[in-house]
Amino acid sequence: MTKMSGAKVLVESLEQQNVDVIFGILGGAILPVYDALCGNEKIRHILARHEQGAAHAAEGYARASGRVGVCIATSGPGATNLVTGIANAYLDSSPLIAITGQVPSTGVNSSYMIGKDAFQEADIIGITTPITKHNYQPRTIAEIQPMVNAAFYIASSGRPGPVLIDLPKNVQSDIADVDMGITGKIEARGYKPALTPDLTKISKAVDLLANAVEPMILAGGGVISANASDELTQMSDLLIAPVATTFMGKGAFPECHPLSVGCIGMHGNPAANRLIGETDVLLAVGTRFSDRATANLDTFAPNAKKIHIDIDPAELGKNIDVDVPIVGDAKVSLKLLHNAAAKKLPKMKVNAWWSKRIKETKEQLSPLLKDRPKELVPKALLIELRKLLPVDTIVTTEVGQNQMWSALYFQALKPRTFISSGGLGTMGFGFPAAIGAKVACPDRPVVDIAGDGSFLMTEQELACSVAEKIPVIVIVLNNSVLGMVAQWQRMLYNRRYMAVHLGKTPDFVKLAEAYGAQGLRVNSIEEFQKAVKTALNSDVTTVIDVPIGSENDVVPFVPPGCGLPQQRGDY
Amino acid sequence: METDQTKVISVLVENKPGVLHGVANLFRRRNFNIESITVGLSENIDTSRMTITVKGDEKTLEQVVKQLAKLIDVLKVEELEPGHFVMRELALIKVNVPTTKDRSDIINCVEVFRGRIIDVSTDSLTVEITGTPDKLDAFLKLMQTNGIIELARTGITALARGAKTVRIDE
Repeated sequence: MTKMSGAKVLVESLEQQNVDVIFGILGGAILPVYDALCGNEKIRHILARHEQGAAHAAEGYARASGRVGVCIATSGPGATNLVTGIANAYLDSSPLIAITGQVPSTGVNSSYMIGKDAFQEADIIGITTPITKHNYQPRTIAEIQPMVNAAFYIASSGRPGPVLIDLPKNVQSDIADVDMGITGKIEARGYKPALTPDLTKISKAVDLLANAVEPMILAGGGVISANASDELTQMSDLLIAPVATTFMGKGAFPECHPLSVGCIGMHGNPAANRLIGETDVLLAVGTRFSDRATANLDTFAPNAKKIHIDIDPAELGKNIDVDVPIVGDAKVSLKLLHNAAAKKLPKMKVNAWWSKRIKETKEQLSPLLKDRPKELVPKALLIELRKLLPVDTIVTTEVGQNQMWSALYFQALKPRTFISSGGLGTMGFGFPAAIGAKVACPDRPVVDIAGDGSFLMTEQELACSVAEKIPVIVIVLNNSVLGMVAQWQRMLYNRRYMAVHLGKTPDFVKLAEAYGAQGLRVNSIEEFQKAVKTALNSDVTTVIDVPIGSENDVVPFVPPGCGLPQQRGDY
Repeated sequence: METDQTKVISVLVENKPGVLHGVANLFRRRNFNIESITVGLSENIDTSRMTITVKGDEKTLEQVVKQLAKLIDVLKVEELEPGHFVMRELALIKVNVPTTKDRSDIINCVEVFRGRIIDVSTDSLTVEITGTPDKLDAFLKLMQTNGIIELARTGITALARGAKTVRIDE
């Protein structure tokens, strides 16, 4: 037993979880924790310029590294500013720990404040209950370490997600005798994620696959979080099945692979959208069949028997009915399924017609195999960018057209190299996430493919990236318009533009320079090539401003309410 | 459209602050329809038992069970099999009694339904009655002729019959 403050207990508990970096902003109600961090050599604190940036950076760190990301803020507005970042991590199932200060819970006389609408008090437990996997508010020092242990276990295991720890100020500053021994026991008896699938389900799945004529695989973000890309590739090789991914699954399967057909969805690759309408057995792994991925469910894979593997039992049967639901970790389940299927392999005939059909469909429909424009338009730019960047470069995106163009035209070749806000669709996510990813992988280039509208939502983190010496590259596809909503107004609202034109957007070169970053503007593919090379060799964050026309559409497009086969638009 | 059905779910949860908030929040967020919810201690001091009656189609009810099971503070969720559980609800009913005849009519009724009079005043009687929701409905229908001044129903609480249990297996 040692006498320690609650704040010190928190910091030591974080060290026990091997936390090496936290992103945050301090304030009154979290001061004791910052005091305990002062002089700490194991944990690097990165000062964000807005708490939302801290939360997104922590998520970028988590998704690039596969480890738990940690962000920290004070009570009240500090905590509520984290909310968008927490919701983002919840919808994209990213392991995140958010630590918030809270006003004192007890004290002598009337010095306790929780529930009294104290200065900078917000009920962050109430606010985050629907957007966290779990949340904790330790009321005694003895609770801190067990809660931190449980929080990390819950955030990182099963279907990952955010966990919030709200720490009243008195619990941080009080002193108590504490035993910091590591017990390894997790105090969360109601939480038992099932990793290993039911073997009878596996054999049912094998039966379906063995009789499949036109098998296809759909891989979601769960494949990436389970680090199951190798198992996915083995499965695809065995079945000779084309692999489509969801947007969140982008990178789970190398998009240069002959069997890769890209993303399905509203702005998906037409080859993927067409083949999923033809397959007779669909093996879906680690996906929740989101509306943006499936479009209208009546015409989603209508001919297919469906096998669905997911670690979250609640996802099975939630959005679509499946023939074989399998609860399990993607990696473990795919390995078992592969081994079981391989034994039956002699019975699995390779369907030459299907292989030919896959090849043909790609040649006919895949946007990357169609004409490549010479001028400075998003497609040409993103194809060029792939050539300029090393294979292991981490790319983040903002939200909107920049994001969907990236999905269509920028090939992700490895898992955890394409990080974007898929579920919540948070504009402003990409830049702070890039900062977090760079902290996790300092030796690899990190590029945020941005739009001008999105970048303006979190551009203040330029200050963070410059001051903390975290050099990333931001490519602003600058069309002076909130492009995706403008596209919807153009296509679906009869060109009645309302509140989408940004007018004179800031001079992004000067903006970058004002922060001490490097700003470059390009007006041709040649200049773009040069700028990216300069940025890759720079030790300071570089913003590359790329003026593009304001009426570029992301096409093809499945209008809301329609099914994937109703994709339209020349591309 | 699938037809709606009503199901009774027995849920064991951690006996600590905030758990009811989490469960109620889930029902609101997922658009599930709670008919009634009762909470109290279970056989273990550290565990509470919630009995939740929900209405919805088969698919929704499956989601209710699965989503509840995901909550960290929920230890066990089980749907009680129709016909294989016992359930009771308690109601307190304050009834108008303008005349002596009304009073004796009500007392007779209460006896038939095995209720109890628990408070008497010059113009009213308060009745305690326990039973299945159907029995309570029937009794309330009779009382409506006199005029119900106030009514408080607890919602149902339930246990599986016989050897079948919903317990935490350690």
